[in-house]
Amino acid sequence: MSQSALVAVLALPALGAALAALLPDRAARLAGTGFAGLAFVASVLLGVAAHTGGWFSYQPAESGAPPIVPWTSVDVSWVPGLDLRLHFGVDGVSYPLVVLTTLLTLLCCLYTIWHVPAGGGRGGTLVALLLVVEVGMLGTFLALDLVLFFVFFEVVLLPMYAIIAGWGGEDRRHAARKFALYTLFGSVLLLVGVFTVVAAAGTADLVTLTSGAVMSRTTQLAAFTLLAIAFAVKSPLWPLHTWLPDAHTQAPTVGSVLLAGVLLKMGTYGLIRVAVGVAPEGARWAAPLLGALAVAAILVGCLVCLAQTELKRLIAYSSVGHMGFVLLGVATLTATGIQAALIGNVAHGIITGLLFFLAGAVKDRFHTGDLAVLGGLRERSPWLSGLLAFAAIASLGLPGLAGFWGEAFAVVAAFERGGGGWVTLGVLAAVGGALTAAYFLRLLRRVTHGPASPAVAAAAAPALRISGMELVAWSPLVILALLVGLVPALVLGLSDIPVQSLVEAVIR
Amino acid sequence: MTQSVDHVALLPAYLAAGTAVLVLLADLFVGRRVAPVATAVAGAVATGVVAIVVGAGPSRSTFCVPDACSYVANGRAALMAAVFAFLTAGVVTLSVPLLRAGVAPAGEYCFLLACSMTGGVVLGAAGDLITLIVALETLTLPLYVLVGLRRQTMESAAAAVTFFVVSVVATAVSLLGAALLYTVTGRLHLTLLAPALTGDVTLAGNDPVRALDLPLTSVGIALLLLGLAFKVAAVPFHAWAPPTYDGAPLPVAAYLSTASKLGGVVAILAVVTVALPPGVTGPLLATLAVLTMTVGNLVALRQIRMTRLLAWSSVAQAGYILAPLGALGVADTSTTVVTASVAYAIFFVVLEIGAFAAVVALREPSADGGRIDSYYGAARRHRWVGAALALALIGLAGLPPGLAGLFAKVAVVRSLLTGSSGWLAVVVALNAVIGLAYYVRVAAILYAPDPLARPARPVPWPVAGVLVVATGVALAVGFAPQFVLGWAGR
Repeated sequence: MSQSALVAVLALPALGAALAALLPDRAARLAGTGFAGLAFVASVLLGVAAHTGGWFSYQPAESGAPPIVPWTSVDVSWVPGLDLRLHFGVDGVSYPLVVLTTLLTLLCCLYTIWHVPAGGGRGGTLVALLLVVEVGMLGTFLALDLVLFFVFFEVVLLPMYAIIAGWGGEDRRHAARKFALYTLFGSVLLLVGVFTVVAAAGTADLVTLTSGAVMSRTTQLAAFTLLAIAFAVKSPLWPLHTWLPDAHTQAPTVGSVLLAGVLLKMGTYGLIRVAVGVAPEGARWAAPLLGALAVAAILVGCLVCLAQTELKRLIAYSSVGHMGFVLLGVATLTATGIQAALIGNVAHGIITGLLFFLAGAVKDRFHTGDLAVLGGLRERSPWLSGLLAFAAIASLGLPGLAGFWGEAFAVVAAFERGGGGWVTLGVLAAVGGALTAAYFLRLLRRVTHGPASPAVAAAAAPALRISGMELVAWSPLVILALLVGLVPALVLGLSDIPVQSLVEAVIR
Repeated sequence: MTQSVDHVALLPAYLAAGTAVLVLLADLFVGRRVAPVATAVAGAVATGVVAIVVGAGPSRSTFCVPDACSYVANGRAALMAAVFAFLTAGVVTLSVPLLRAGVAPAGEYCFLLACSMTGGVVLGAAGDLITLIVALETLTLPLYVLVGLRRQTMESAAAAVTFFVVSVVATAVSLLGAALLYTVTGRLHLTLLAPALTGDVTLAGNDPVRALDLPLTSVGIALLLLGLAFKVAAVPFHAWAPPTYDGAPLPVAAYLSTASKLGGVVAILAVVTVALPPGVTGPLLATLAVLTMTVGNLVALRQIRMTRLLAWSSVAQAGYILAPLGALGVADTSTTVVTASVAYAIFFVVLEIGAFAAVVALREPSADGGRIDSYYGAARRHRWVGAALALALIGLAGLPPGLAGLFAKVAVVRSLLTGSSGWLAVVVALNAVIGLAYYVRVAAILYAPDPLARPARPVPWPVAGVLVVATGVALAVGFAPQFVLGWAGR
């Protein structure tokens, strides 16, 4: 039962993609969305069927337990000549991300049924590409074989390129190419890193590798450096982030949602699961540098956002800051920090997904994202501006909403780690948190408050209402932002034990 | 002394040569253009099938002196023979529109390709330097004529002359190298050269010296390898390839960049894995590989003509093929690196023939590759042909959904890291990024709107057939790469 759910989670979107590519436009969109829905159901079933422990049970991990104990797994030989096995499994670290992926893809497909971005190709093809991206992301989160992880990491790249280049804004070609080359640069280093590990350890099995396979210190340092750069490009970590603003700004709404919502998480997930797990000594060695870069990312992201004049670009840069918090959490290498990173990942996926949906809605209605031209949105469209305010406040980390836990506890973890350097980093990150509030409030003042600007006033009244399909696509994210904020144990309860084991293995 | 000859081992070679003769006879006695084409395709397919059947059995060898053989039909030789045969069948089929348009005489055209195939079939089994070089020349010689066969075009004639001159010089250089090695060691058989080169030799009655200490040996090794490097168009011996590909008829360009390049690779593999000391050839090949992929990729970025882009990209691909061999002599991993090299070469020819088949399908029968501009919207006009071309290009770039190309790169990087040549692996990896830049540019052009709104043209069915088979094989080996890796490692 749980194994078939695991296979179904991967197979259903792949089937859906094939169908959506072959059927005529309208039928393709419906069929693709149907399969995305089935995949979501399968991912929920996977949790119900496979996770036998309690969902909210905090309990001490058994001492010396391996960091990865999959709830269920599938292991089939594929290419022995390349050490490649089809080895999938799910545990508390990957499961929240799997559900986030299936949910966001489903919402994006639903949104595409009614709303195909103008100036691009067939909507059916877009749905097919979204589903292929979903397969790649799910495969990355589920892979328990290092080489398989790399293969799925690569699968995402070109479909995402095609989504940006095919359905994006005016400068889409440039942005799409920058995205593809940058991320390929990251993933080829991942390839070299993966085989550095495999050649040294003689196995590609992540379960074995993370439970203390012996690699020399030099190999660990080399492997961690390669893997960390690879994941830093994807996450993205300052100063390797420059592909992100262009890609997010030019991508169509659904592309931005998936990019920000899930794609970036592949980097942080990889860092926690692969880089830290496989090369703990390398992680300890690089942690201070990683922490410093993460804080730099937070501050740079915030400062750029304060000066930003375009709505989507602002949200894109805010991602740089938020992912900085996640990376800071990872860099502390404490249980608190890694838990903060995991919940920060999920929260950012939910909230930024919602923000990009809303930014897309604003651009569709007023044909501009320029903060100087927009204004007084609440006069004309109170519901839209209310949702925007909700998402912005959730994103700035108000307690009680999803964004709070990740950011606050990343700072707490830095203080826990102690020592002058980490405390300084914690203080700077907290300053970054305050700046985050500043730029989101600035955004709200510009867009929603004040008298209606000419551009907002000129828009036709019927178009200003929130349509049914928008409500369908957005409301799960609104509910989840509240739910994760109020009951963080939804995510933390699952990842508690594996994170404890991981930290124990790193410190060992 | 009489020698017993193992005719079963030679069966693929007999069939290949017989095909060439039959094609000539068919052209002579049957007045229709289809006769030589059908004969050539049938003969080539038969050769390939027989090569596989013979190769599946135990390893056979013939033309033996007491301790070495000149013809060694092992598993890898059979694989190479089959690949050459199927490539020839594919290229002959791709040429059907060209021959129907009367651009070239069908009988001679098919005869020359069949001759070339004979060279390729023998090449993989060559056990001594003379057989090797003769087979390689048999593979290349007919191509001088084929390149020049596009009647009434200057480019074609110029391409043929360039190719001829460069290739003859390269052969002379290889021969000189082989002769020098013979002078030093008195051996020609690959398996006998290796111990002779690492042992002591006595020249002109002087005291014995280590063969490797003699400058003559180094010069011989270098000349032999560099001559063969011409054939794979490795930098700095690559300059002939782009104009030759561009001037040749498209199917011949396809043959040059697949079969002819594969011939060079097979020859290099034969000498470096069996005969020459890895300590000397490893660094030399590593240098060649780095230069080849970097220069090939960088220059390909600036190309505006389709065939030239494919030519430069195939220069770069030769670099990836040679790269694993750069790890020779660093660690004792010769099986892994040779497997990676052979596997990469096979994945590459499958993708490359697919790309050329798609280009042939998109162009007029007698046209050359044309400017890349003229491919705007090609995938919107021809949905399946465009998708096949995009898939082949993405595969050459080494990314999913072109899984064959991805696994090819993975095999190369894996073998380099197992062979403790991490720096070379990083160079390969970074080159893959440069490569993506131009492959994805072309792929994007295929799907961009066409400003001229050109109408779709019907695709001739033989070309479509080759395209379907090549794409099918590329997809199949993408999902089951172990098949190729397994054969390559035998």
